[in-house]
Amino acid sequence: MNLYHYAAPATFYHLAGRWIPWFAWGAALLAGIGLYISFFVAPTDFQQGEAYRIIFIHVPTAWMSMFIYLVMAFWCAIGLAFNTRLSFLMARALAPTGALFCFLALWTGALWGKPMWGAWWVWDARLTSQLILLFLYVGIMALWAAIDDPKRGDRAGALLILVGAVNVPIIYFSVTWWNTLHQGSSINLTKAPSMATIMLVGMLVMAVAAWLYTIAVAFVRVRGLILERERHTDWAQAALKEA
Amino acid sequence: MVWQSGTAFWSMGGYGLYVWGSFGVTVLGVALEVWLLRRGQRSLINRLQRMQRWEAQ
Repeated sequence: MNLYHYAAPATFYHLAGRWIPWFAWGAALLAGIGLYISFFVAPTDFQQGEAYRIIFIHVPTAWMSMFIYLVMAFWCAIGLAFNTRLSFLMARALAPTGALFCFLALWTGALWGKPMWGAWWVWDARLTSQLILLFLYVGIMALWAAIDDPKRGDRAGALLILVGAVNVPIIYFSVTWWNTLHQGSSINLTKAPSMATIMLVGMLVMAVAAWLYTIAVAFVRVRGLILERERHTDWAQAALKEA
Repeated sequence: MVWQSGTAFWSMGGYGLYVWGSFGVTVLGVALEVWLLRRGQRSLINRLQRMQRWEAQ
């Protein structure tokens, strides 16, 4: 397989167009299964009652907000190193969805914190670093919007994304590095998950649904960006006539 | 998980506001993104097609 072939905007434009329905329907199907597990399979928690069900969206959205940021940083590093056109567009296409998931993680966290901790918000390390992630997303999109020259915008945004990437491990390890009100992670790579299997399954199904959704919307967005940048080429002119 | 009644389901053991507030806003956020994206793509294609016609003249 020749990766450079797929990295060509024209090839990727058509390929992404064919894949979008699969990712979108896969996301819808898994979200349906995930919601069913969240409300009709997973039992009541012995400590938190029904309030714990927020976990089924809180954890997947929080994971996504961090993971999308790392994927953006990866593409920006590739773009800066190899000057590949498509890489920066991938970062631009992912940012709004990352910001949405970041907001949802904070929102559902507040709605979970109120009944469990008695406070919507506390300035502890986990919550604060996650809020900084939201500001980074918004700042990056504002920076892109402020720079008219697309190539300069790509590079300026990439720099900010790469510098801001230091925040992601801070979020992830904040619960071990500092004393936080936020609980430690229930799942990590080194020990068995400290939660019931069905809860874990529900969370993972929702996380995969969120992934497929992210890919679907990012592909739609990146197709638009490709057309905009390549509109003077023959293939883009032809694609525009069909669109 | 068997819910005793529809009311029990919606009240979520007294945590209804928090649980439905979380899931509701998530659904709303995703729906909003999909709607904005569709609208944005349509207007982008229209704009590019207009530019194409204009440049062809």
